Formats: sequence, C-alpha cells, structure tokens
Amino acid sequence: MSALLKSFSTFLGSSIGKKLLVALTGAVLVLFLLGHMIGNLLIFAGPDAINEYGHFLQTMLHGGGVWIARIGLLVSVVVHIVLTIQLTRENRAARTERYGYNATLQASKSSRIMILSGLTILAFIIYHLLHFTVHAGNNYGTYQVILHGENVHDVYKMVIAGFSWLPASIFYIIAMLLLCSHLGHGVSSMFQTLGLATERTRPIYEKIGSAYAALILIGNCSIPIAIYVFHYGR
Amino acid sequence: MSLEAHIPSGPLSQKWSNHKQDSKLINPANKRKYTVIVVGSGLAGSSAAATLSELGYNVKCFCFQDSPRRAHSIAAQGGINAAKNYQNDGDSTYRLFYDTIKGGDFRAREANVYRLAEVSANIIDQCVAQGVPLAREYGGLLANRSFGGAQVSRTFYARGQTGQQLLLGAYSALSKEIARGGVQMFSRTEMLDLVLVDGQAKGIVVRDLVTGKISSHAGDTVLLCTGGYGNVFYLSTNAKGCNTTAIWRAHRKGALFANPCYTQIHPTCIPVSGDYQSKLTLMSESLRNDGRVWVPKKKDDCGKPPAQIPEDARDYYLERKYPSYGNLAPRDISSRSAKEACDEGRGVGPGGLGVYLDFADAILRYGHDQAADKNISEPELRKLGKAVVAEKYGNLFDMYECITGENGYEQPMRIYPAVHYTMGGLWVDYNLMSNVPGLHVLGEANFSDHGANRLGASALMQGLADGYFVIPTTIANYLASQKPGSVKTDHPAFKEAEAQINGRTKKFIDIKGNRTVDSYHRELGLLMWNECGMARSREGLQKAIDRLPALREDFWNNVRVPGSGADFNQELEKAGRVADFLEFGELMCLDALQREESCGGHFRVEHQYTKEDEAAKRGQAGEALRDDTNYSYVAAWEFTGDVSKPTLHKEPLTYEEVHLAVRSYV
Amino acid sequence: MASNLNLKLKIWRQPSTNAKGTFQDIDANNIPETASFLEMLDIVNQRIMDGGGDPVAFDHDCREGICGTCSMVINGIPHGPRRGTTACQLHMRLFKSGDTIWIEPFRAKAFPVIKDLAVDRSAFDRIMVAGGFISVRTGSAQDANALPISKDDADSAMDAAECIGCGACVATCKNASAMLFVSAKAGQLNSLPQGQPEKHRRVLGMVQAMDKSGFGNCTNQYECEAACPKGISVRWIAKLNRDYALATVHESLLAPAKGKGGGAA
Repeated sequence: MSALLKSFSTFLGSSIGKKLLVALTGAVLVLFLLGHMIGNLLIFAGPDAINEYGHFLQTMLHGGGVWIARIGLLVSVVVHIVLTIQLTRENRAARTERYGYNATLQASKSSRIMILSGLTILAFIIYHLLHFTVHAGNNYGTYQVILHGENVHDVYKMVIAGFSWLPASIFYIIAMLLLCSHLGHGVSSMFQTLGLATERTRPIYEKIGSAYAALILIGNCSIPIAIYVFHYGR
Repeated sequence: MSLEAHIPSGPLSQKWSNHKQDSKLINPANKRKYTVIVVGSGLAGSSAAATLSELGYNVKCFCFQDSPRRAHSIAAQGGINAAKNYQNDGDSTYRLFYDTIKGGDFRAREANVYRLAEVSANIIDQCVAQGVPLAREYGGLLANRSFGGAQVSRTFYARGQTGQQLLLGAYSALSKEIARGGVQMFSRTEMLDLVLVDGQAKGIVVRDLVTGKISSHAGDTVLLCTGGYGNVFYLSTNAKGCNTTAIWRAHRKGALFANPCYTQIHPTCIPVSGDYQSKLTLMSESLRNDGRVWVPKKKDDCGKPPAQIPEDARDYYLERKYPSYGNLAPRDISSRSAKEACDEGRGVGPGGLGVYLDFADAILRYGHDQAADKNISEPELRKLGKAVVAEKYGNLFDMYECITGENGYEQPMRIYPAVHYTMGGLWVDYNLMSNVPGLHVLGEANFSDHGANRLGASALMQGLADGYFVIPTTIANYLASQKPGSVKTDHPAFKEAEAQINGRTKKFIDIKGNRTVDSYHRELGLLMWNECGMARSREGLQKAIDRLPALREDFWNNVRVPGSGADFNQELEKAGRVADFLEFGELMCLDALQREESCGGHFRVEHQYTKEDEAAKRGQAGEALRDDTNYSYVAAWEFTGDVSKPTLHKEPLTYEEVHLAVRSYV
Repeated sequence: MASNLNLKLKIWRQPSTNAKGTFQDIDANNIPETASFLEMLDIVNQRIMDGGGDPVAFDHDCREGICGTCSMVINGIPHGPRRGTTACQLHMRLFKSGDTIWIEPFRAKAFPVIKDLAVDRSAFDRIMVAGGFISVRTGSAQDANALPISKDDADSAMDAAECIGCGACVATCKNASAMLFVSAKAGQLNSLPQGQPEKHRRVLGMVQAMDKSGFGNCTNQYECEAACPKGISVRWIAKLNRDYALATVHESLLAPAKGKGGGAA
C-alpha cells in the first residue's frame, strides 16, 4: 500500500502527472459543458421543455443525482484549477530572467492566455452559480410554475429574467468568449497530454477543439442574444 | 630508443586471438582499486570509459566540451565499415583488412589493421544493442551501402549522421556508467599537461574552463582519446575546439609523435568565401557519384557565370586524366587535381579557390530515365531529373544553399578540398600504449591503423574498435604490473606541473600585445596549407620550417589575451591551443621534409611519376611515387627539449601477408 | 556580388553566473553578407579586442549544425529566424543593412548563464544519466541482424535520434520546459525493441530528473517544434505522456512487489 501511495505522490509531484490530471478533469468539464449547453438550449423548445429538464435534474435519484454531479464537478474544477495554478507558478519560476526581445513562433493566442481565460471563467462560474443556483440578490428562487400538475421551479422565467438585465448578458458573453478561447487550446491539448495525439491525428484534434469551442460559444451565447436583442420570451 | 610494437606472434589472423589469450587479467575485486583517466569523450573516449567502467575499473573522464556528447566524432556523416558480409557480396575480414592497408598506401601496421577489421563486426552488434538506429531494409535487417569507392557494400549508416548516432550510443553507455558510479565525468575541463612519475604516466593537470581553476588528477594509467590535429591548418572540417594540446603536451613529456605529416584532404567541401572564414564544411563525397567536376579551360573564362562557358571551353579534368574512375577518383587524387587547376589560375569563385561540381548532365540524364521514351520538352525533363537528384542529395543541396546562398540545381556548385582527418598521432604499440609506460592513446589521436591515408567510413570504426574492444583487453597488460593507487596528487610532480601551467597562463595574460590569438592561428594555418598541405616541396617545407620559430617568438611577445586566468576565458583557451599548434606545425613540416616519397595523403612534388614512367607503364604521370625500399617505416619523433630539433626514430613496417602494390586508379 | 551590412547589435553581457546582465549596444559595420552569424560575432569580437575590450563569450564548436553547442537567441528566436537551422549555419544574408539584432543567451533557470551568451546545459546530461540508455554491456550483444526491426520503427526512432541536444526547445518554450528533448531521447529508445525491458524505469527516471532540474511544464504550445533545428516532432511529447502514464500504472499496480528474492543482488 505504501508503495502505491508513493507512486501516486510521485505521479502527483511530477509535471506530467499533474498535467494528466489537468487533462482528465478538463475532459470532465468539457463533457459537462456540452450537456449543460444542450439542456440550456431547451429554452428554445418552450417553457415546458426546459422546466421539465430542470425538474428532472432536481429530482433525479431522489434529489441525490444533482449533488453527485455537483460534487464531481466541484472536485474536477478544484483539481483543475489548483494544479494549473501550481503548474503556472512552476512555469514562471523556470524562467527567472525574461527575454529582452520576445518572439512567438507558433503558439496560439489562446494557448498563451490560458491562465487568464481560466481564472476569468472561474470568476464567472462563481457569479453564474450565485445568479442562477444560489439566487443571491434575486428572487428567482421563488419562481414557480405548474407542470403536469406538479409545482416546479420556473427555470424558463428565471433565464428570461436573468438575461433581460444587460450587464448579466454582457458578462455572460464575455465569459463565453474566453471559454471559447480556453477550449480552443484546451480540447486539442487534452489529447496531446493524454498521449492520444499522433502526427496524423493532432491536426484532427485541433479541428475538433476549434469546432467544439465554436459550438459552445454559439450555443450558449444564442440564449442571451435571443433574449436581450431579439426579445425572446419577453 | 627501440620501438617495440609488441606484435603478437603467429599467423596474422590468429594474432589478436593469441594476444587476448596471453593478455593479463586483473582480479575483479582489484579492478575497482585502479583509477583510469580518460581524456576526451568522442567515440574512442566514451566507449573506452564506459567499457572500462563496466569491467570494474574506476574511471575519470574529461572533455573540454560542455557535454561529452558534443565531441567532434558527432560530425561524421558517411558511415562505419564492418566486415559483416550481410550483403553476401564477398566481403570478409581479410578483404576489409586489405582494403584498409591498400587505402593507407601500405604505411600502416599489418597486425593492427587486421585486428581492426576483425573487431569491426562486433562494433555493429554493440551499437545496435545500444539502440543506435542504423538504416534498415523493409525486411527489418540492416542496410548497407558502398562507400568511398569500395567494391563491396560494407558501410552501415544512419541517414547522413552516422557519427552522431554512434557517438550518442557511446555517450548513452557512458551515461549508464556515470549513473552506476563507475565513471566520474568532468565536462568543460581541459587537460593541459600529462604528469609522469618515475617515467610512467600517472595523472594529468586540468583547467576547469568555467572557473579557471587548475587541478590535478592522479590515476594508474592515462588514456588520451583527444582526436586529431587538423586545426593546425586553422581552416579545416574539424570543430573549432579540436586541438593537439593533449597529445602535444604528452609528446613534450616523452611520447613519440608518429607520422605527423599524414593528413587527409577531403575533396568536396564548400570553398572559402572570405578572410573571415572560420571553418570549412564538408559535403558528402557521394555527390561525386553524379556530379561532374570541371573548371574553365581558359583563365579568362573564370570570372564568367558558368552558364556562359560553352561545353568545349570546359575542362572535365578528372574524366580527362582518370578515364576509368573519372569523378570518383580517390580523395587525395581528386583533391590534388583541384589544387593543380586552381594553381594554374583556372579556379572559380572568390579568390579563385574553387572548382565546379555540376549536376546539369545528371539532371538531364535522370530526366530522360524518368520520361522513358516519351517525347517531352527540355524544361520538363529537367524538372523530372531535378526531382530524382533532390531525392538522392536534397539535404546536401539545401546545406549548400544555406551556406552559399546559391542554388545547386540551377548553377553548378563550387567545391574545394579541405583538411579533414589526420592519420598521424602519438606512437603506440599493439596494446595502444605509447613509449611512455602507462600512457595509452586511442582513436584519431594515435597513428596506428590508417597508414598514410584513411579509407572512407573507417575513422568511426577505429575509434570504437579501440575503445570498446581493444583497450579493455590490453590495458591489463600494463595495469597488472602496477600497484593500484600508488601515486597521489600530493606528489611533487603534480605541484610542479600545476606551477608551470599557472606560470604559462600568467605569461599569456601579461603579454598584452597587439595581435589576437586568431590572427596568429590564421597565419599559421595559411602557412601550413600553402607549404604542408595538398602538395609539399622541399623549398616550401624549408620555408615553413624557417618561418615557424619566428612566428612563435612573435606570438609569445605580441599576442593579446584579454581577461584573466580565473574565469571563463575563451581567448585564453585558444591561446594555449594555438601555442601548441605553433610548435607542432614545425614537427609536421620536418616529418614531411624527411619523407622523401609521396604516399597517401603526403604528396611531395619531387616524387611523382613522370611521362617516362607512364610510357613504361610504371604509373601515371603526376601520381604519388612511393619509395618502399627507403621509406617503409613509421617515423616516430622524440622531443629533445628543442622544438626545432626532434630526434627521428624509425619503426620498420614489415608485411607478412600483403604484397606492396602501386595504387592505380587510371 | 556579395555586399556588406551595417548592423546594430544588442548583445547580452553578463560577466558571470551571479552577476547582473545588461544589453550592450554594438555597431557592427561592414559585415560581409556571406559570413555566418558566428563569423559575424568573430569579427565583432576581433574589433572589441582590437579596442582593448573583453570579447563576447559564446559557445560554439563544430560550426556545421550537428554538435549542438551553439546556443543563442537571435531576435527572440533560438538559433535565429531561419527554420531548421542552428546559429552556426545561419548566414548574414538573411539580414538587411540597418537591422537591429538582439542577441541573448538561452534563458531558463535550469540553464544558468556562465558568461554572456554561454550557458550551462549540464541538466541535459543529468537527465540522460537518469535513464537515457539501454543497459547493455560491451561484448554481450547478439548479432546485429538477430533482431529484425521494422523499417518504420527504425526510421521513427531515427527521427527522434536526430536531436542534437542544443536546448533550443527549452529556450523558446514559454515555460522553459524540456519536454521535447526528454521525449525525443526517451522516445527513441522506447520505440525500439531493445529499449523495452527498461522502458518504464527509463521514463520515470528521466522525467524525475527533468523535474528536479527546474524546467517548466509543457503547455502544448509547440514552440519547441518550430524552434528545433532538427524539426523534432511534438508527437514525441505525446508519446512521453502516454509512456509516463503507463509506467506509473505499471510501477504502482502491476510490477511485482520488490524485495522478494530478486536473485540478481
């Protein structure tokens, strides 16, 4: 057992071990984003669809499902962030004296602002949770609607109300742009770090990453734009 | 002094086996008590250090480079010979032996060369086991090519980087032994003197090139694996750091220097472009398989762009002079012919020091081959042909363009010979031990295996043979007679050597003269190139011999070495090396002067076949004329205290197996 | 006909490892465009010394692009602007008269500056000592053709083996990571059958030595591949990541417990 622990601590202490965990937790978050976006897009299918979806999430496994998901996501986010901060600090320490003349050969802009986009997304997630989950400073929690004869949380009304406020929509869109940037590097990078990329597959992964980032951007931003600009549901 | 080569008795093919049988052994428990000092980490040094450590000896290895992996063996492009006969084309140990002896113009020791051919096969096994990615065929077995005009395909290769791959293999073996604790590695550490105790080599004094600290290391035996002295010419294909200091210092301490005049000039290098030139770059000889070498027939045409010189105004001099070998004539012959053309004023390019290597015909020929019997336009043919040439030599054309800015497909390349390898070196016996007991010399630093000229793809073979297979056996013959660890660095001989080096450093710094080290090196190089280069004459050599003492004196009075001895000081490093080259150069000229014959890389204009010889079918006019009756010996020079007055000792070369023949390439 | 260039150089001068460094402005006039970059520095040094100054220290040796000794960052790019080229093979015709050229050492904590442009890359040697070899004793090798290796595998290993160990990958990496070097060295041996018995040990050892030396971490930006004078592919990094994961699984779960009658003691 101690040998196992020793292996694990060596793994966690190594640069590749940390990166592998960042990639794995990133993969969890990437998959979550897709599910979350598909769920959100149900808003365009009308109030009942999204409210039903919201109710399903709330009551899955007698209400335990959502907590399992939340804990899983929380762990992923924490591991992802703690390790990347640690890695970034090591990276900064690895070059004490900066270059007098800076040049970049092929590193993408996205790849160079990962920590910035990541931390902004973290700030957004906190805001987003306070806004739509904890309902801090708003009364979205009290929105109720009758669905199939049952009293459920009116997610539809909450979303419409949330994005009818311009600053929230703008912050949301900015966060989505940075998320898109983050994914633009992160998704293909994940394949490389997990050791799945080869000379031939890497360009494919890069295209998948860009397409995925664009999909998340367009999908998620369509909601505030539809609501604020095109008055969807208002 | 008698030069006892300790050649084992018995028939040639049994000598090495007998010798291994008769060599002494050292008890495994005792081996670790012996300290072996290895200077140099190229193919010979790394392989020796790693193998001796595997055997249990305590090894200290030194190199002046920042990592042992950077030794100049790394630059060898072509390949490594081995008598594996994997191609079933009739190769054998004997044939490799014979080719090497003949290639060396019958000036090498039979027994050494036979041993070299014998162990060549083991080298390939060893390297492959280390993970050296030698070229393979689709069946998964090793590929070979024919190299340097050999009649059989016995050359193993790794793209154009064979030396690099073999060195990295040896370096990995060295790393393995460093990890195990058997080898202590000292990088950026230059040997500045050899220390003798009671006439035996027992240590070295080194300078830490980063801190400037001078320190001593004692051992039970010293191995010099420090490469050749080609940089005496300043411009050569050697790395900038290559130097003769280690072997020259050993020579000054009594080790005989053998055949210093034997140098190899490589015909296909990129010519000098200006007086700032710092080194010459070799392009693989394989280019001569398809390129045609020419110069204008008339001097007046030399300034014209090559395209404006019509076919009948061109002199394809190799094809003219050597119709059967043509552009593939051996290295020394091709080199000398290029020099002759340039000396006649028909050279091309800056300074008139270059000849054309033209691929236009090859491109058209391949174009026709590709087009088969289709009737297509000439530009189309050229395009097809160019693709074939690019496939075969693309990297060389790229390299040429990178350096010269010229496109070798559109206009002929310019090439010129350059110093490439030095066959001479410290004299060693069959055990690779010099006349100084305890001082062993391996690889290019010794003189033993290549005679007057080295065959292509044989240098790598020799370095690794010495390090992996010869010295591990023969070293015990010396060590068995020694009490391990008998000498410590507190011996007065070390203090004395350190004091001398410190004095020398102080002297360099204190001169504060007007000329840089490089300016002396360039002057020395030019003198050596002109008088002791491709063609040597009595008058020219005498001129150099007369000039060198004055140049040395000027150097010691007027050189400027900035900085101090107590830090990273590259000028000081160079100063020490150039000071030794200035002394060595004279020995080289003296050797060339006493050798009144032409053989291999040593060409004396006084000794060549004449038109009468040609008419009598004795040899072709202008070719090297050997004198086997009077010069079939190794010239081993002893330092007498006066650089200009060394004593010559002769080791007669006796041939039991081979018959001396005239090298003929007509 | 070859022409001459007038250049403004900004060269990093640092007397020793712990001293503070600064950029020195040097006018380099009349530089032949046919000279190599290092020959340009030779000319500059000659002039500095003629004026009684201390020449710029820089590492160099073979000057034909294979030894990996030369190590300088030219206008922000290790070995300069031409791809697939070492500084010694870079020629001045690539520059224009009037250009300002910044010349700096490879900058990484793991490569401390020795003087001016010369740095200490012994960390690479330490990584090699930690596993960059196949443990085969001289004399114990079988016949070279006894073990056929597919041409694809041999060629692929050779791709990795072309690494000249110059450290440009570290110098150019935004994080001063040595992953390209380590992955090429480990990858060469790991992709050959001879390298299999020690595969896991090798990867774990080399990565540990790399981490201990103070290099940064790879963030998959592939600057290394673009700066590498030998064009080593980042596919080797993916392979190292994979091999490291497998080695960890092997070491922690699959390998037999140690200390039970190894017999080889």
